Amino acid sequence: MGKPLLQLRDITKRFPGVVANDRVSLELYPGEVLALLGENGAGKSTLVSILYGLYRPDEGEILIEGSPVRIASPVDALRHGIGLVPQHPVLVGRHTVAENLALGSGAALFPSRRILPLIERIAGGYGLQVDPRAYVHQLSPGEKQRVEIVRALLRGAKVLILDEPTSVLTPQEAQALFRVMRELKAAGKSLIFISHKLDEVLSIADRCVVLRRGRVVGDLPIERASKTSLAELMVGRQVSFERRRQTPAPGPVVLRVEGLEARSERGLPTLRGVGFELRAGEVLGIAGIAGNGQSELVEVLAGLRRPQGGRVLLEGKSLPSDPARLFTLGVAHIPEDRIRMGSVPNMSVAENLALRSFEQPPIAHGFLLNPKALATQAQEQVRAYAIATPSVHTPARLLSGGNLQKVILARELATQARLILAVHPTYGLDIGATEQVHEALLHQTRLGAAVVLVSEDLEELLSLSDRIGVMHRGELLGPYAATEVSREQIGLLMTGGAA
Amino acid sequence: MRLEPLPNPSPLRSVGVTLLALGLAFALVGGVFWAYGLGPLEAYRTMLEGTLLDPRGWQEVLRRTIPLLLIGVGLSLAFRTQFYNIGAEGQLLLGAVLAAGVALFLPLPPALSLPAMALAAALGGALWCGLAAWLKNRLSVNEILTTLMLNYVAQSLVIYLINGPWRGKDVRGYIYSDRFAEHQQLPVLLGTNVHWPTLALGVVLALLLQLLLFRSTLGFRLRVVGENPGAARYLGIPQSRAFLVVALITGGTAGLAGFGEIAGIHHRLIEPTQLSSGYGFTAIIVAWLARGHPALVLLTAPLMGLILAGGDVLKVALNMPFRIVDVFSGVMLFALIGSELFLHYRLRLR
Repeated sequence: MGKPLLQLRDITKRFPGVVANDRVSLELYPGEVLALLGENGAGKSTLVSILYGLYRPDEGEILIEGSPVRIASPVDALRHGIGLVPQHPVLVGRHTVAENLALGSGAALFPSRRILPLIERIAGGYGLQVDPRAYVHQLSPGEKQRVEIVRALLRGAKVLILDEPTSVLTPQEAQALFRVMRELKAAGKSLIFISHKLDEVLSIADRCVVLRRGRVVGDLPIERASKTSLAELMVGRQVSFERRRQTPAPGPVVLRVEGLEARSERGLPTLRGVGFELRAGEVLGIAGIAGNGQSELVEVLAGLRRPQGGRVLLEGKSLPSDPARLFTLGVAHIPEDRIRMGSVPNMSVAENLALRSFEQPPIAHGFLLNPKALATQAQEQVRAYAIATPSVHTPARLLSGGNLQKVILARELATQARLILAVHPTYGLDIGATEQVHEALLHQTRLGAAVVLVSEDLEELLSLSDRIGVMHRGELLGPYAATEVSREQIGLLMTGGAA
Repeated sequence: MRLEPLPNPSPLRSVGVTLLALGLAFALVGGVFWAYGLGPLEAYRTMLEGTLLDPRGWQEVLRRTIPLLLIGVGLSLAFRTQFYNIGAEGQLLLGAVLAAGVALFLPLPPALSLPAMALAAALGGALWCGLAAWLKNRLSVNEILTTLMLNYVAQSLVIYLINGPWRGKDVRGYIYSDRFAEHQQLPVLLGTNVHWPTLALGVVLALLLQLLLFRSTLGFRLRVVGENPGAARYLGIPQSRAFLVVALITGGTAGLAGFGEIAGIHHRLIEPTQLSSGYGFTAIIVAWLARGHPALVLLTAPLMGLILAGGDVLKVALNMPFRIVDVFSGVMLFALIGSELFLHYRLRLR
């Protein structure tokens, strides 16, 4: 294998109250794909930030080709040949691909024109299909990601860090990414692949390093790893991957959607004749690439958007378009954006738990709030959902994603829901929190709630849903019984191919 | 140098940062004194001696604190709800206009006249600001622009009234209204200009609005709207109603300040620049300093009152232009807004 290209020795990084990286050591060899695995909060992002010069380690050293280096900024990192492909592309939407790539690395005059041959040489060399003249806002997530890869290569990266690159891709796009990764590897580049999707790690990585609570708990070649062994290393205990769900006996119809039509703010159709029926105790999964109408469908069902046509009946009655009324009718909404919608980050955990109930007794006492009742109710919910927070008076912004999601769940499911709208409910959560969210949702179905589950994680959709529909360009394809449709078929439907 | 985000800044940090910003502002203004040919320490000493250490100076500080307090408590609530009312000056004038209207033209039993004037003033300010909220809710017109522009409309209205229909009968060449009757004037602390009922009202309002914000269901709604409009939409808390409510409150307290000025000091409707001397703008700093806590205005309003009164002292004792207080307010606002960054970040030297 030769000499390592990049070495980390005993990297330690402390933040107030936590050791994010605890004597982390690892090596990266030329032409290898190293998977960095770990739950959220295990220290992957901190390690990446250290490598890319965003944080500096408190202790330890970084060696490149055997000699110690100091990486104080992303510019330093790039100079040492370390490039980052961020999880969410950082590109200027109104500019062309070439203009974006010329930014910061182009010539002084006509930068975007003079960079063209270079882009074409690099992109062609690694099988990266990008059109340098296309405008970024017209690109799909997969294409934007390729632009980010080209950018890192343009700057001469020898080490490419890919931060959860498949989280925004369809299975087919992910396969295309893996082909590119193999090309890069064959050309002698080293890749650090960050993910918590174990199947992908097993199929693309040569070696994997598992982090748990800031420490390296496993460093093994991929031939010796299996899905269960990696999951156990990550979580520290056994995890099961079977479909836990038995399709229930169908209950009465809770939600009936007929011929729903909606337009976006710019007047483009976003929902075209969407219709389905949902029964009590049932989970309807909605798959689709972001931007195909899933968000708009949920917004209509949550009373946040008025449809232009069609109708929605909740237990036979027309749906009011007031979210507060909807909640009292038993519609719980676990929104896509926990921070900008689902919570008020600057208010306390207790206040966030009371966002739906602060106007009812015991929290409200006439016009006044009862701080004691507020705290008591919060403490009960913190216990019931095992929310890790220093106190109920802590601002919600200090909670991790998983704990914030638990706050939202506890709040939304505090009263018996008839219909639960769950949008990417486990996005960014670690395995432990994901299990807890799934369990809470399934528990509600056993109590008779119907669930609309929108997710980009096909694994999640297949393991929880009874039926799965696919949104494509505003149309709902299906729904199909979850037992009769495969991952690959859904992937094809998402991109507009036939099942 | 680089900035590092602080995940959980302690409340003490905001006190420290605010004090540092104030210190910086005082140092910069000290530089202005020096450029003017005065020793900065000398100037500050004169300011202190003429205000806090002087019995008459105390009254001046209090007199200027009253309108700042009344306007400041309303503004701190409005800023917290992200309703940026820049038009307290105009709302103060409208309050004064309505109070004067009641005093001059509405025959009332003497015992009722002051309460009726206060009520009319609050209503005038509230409606003036409510207009901006209505435009914002209906047509999404930015309230910063409308409230600011409405200031000029209010000024012109006052000038029109005292030049035209409301011009006093016995004023000869001057332009102002008739003098209010004895029972239409606010009582003052003996031998001073301090109209204490308005001062008491300001203190009560500061505590009441603090309670409203943190201990009532309405305050909870306002905080949700102010902290996260997206969450308010998701919860079905109408933003427009919150804007209207705070507009009426903040406009109302500014209107009361106008009532205090004419019923407590001038006893007639006079020219807008003499009536207010920019309290509506100075109160923006008062509210900003209080960082969204109406009760803290009880501290910040006297501080600005001290600076305004100190400006008078500088003018008299050291022959400085009175506009030095505008320099003061401007520099303070700069320092405060600039310091916001350091509430959530700290500077690291590499």
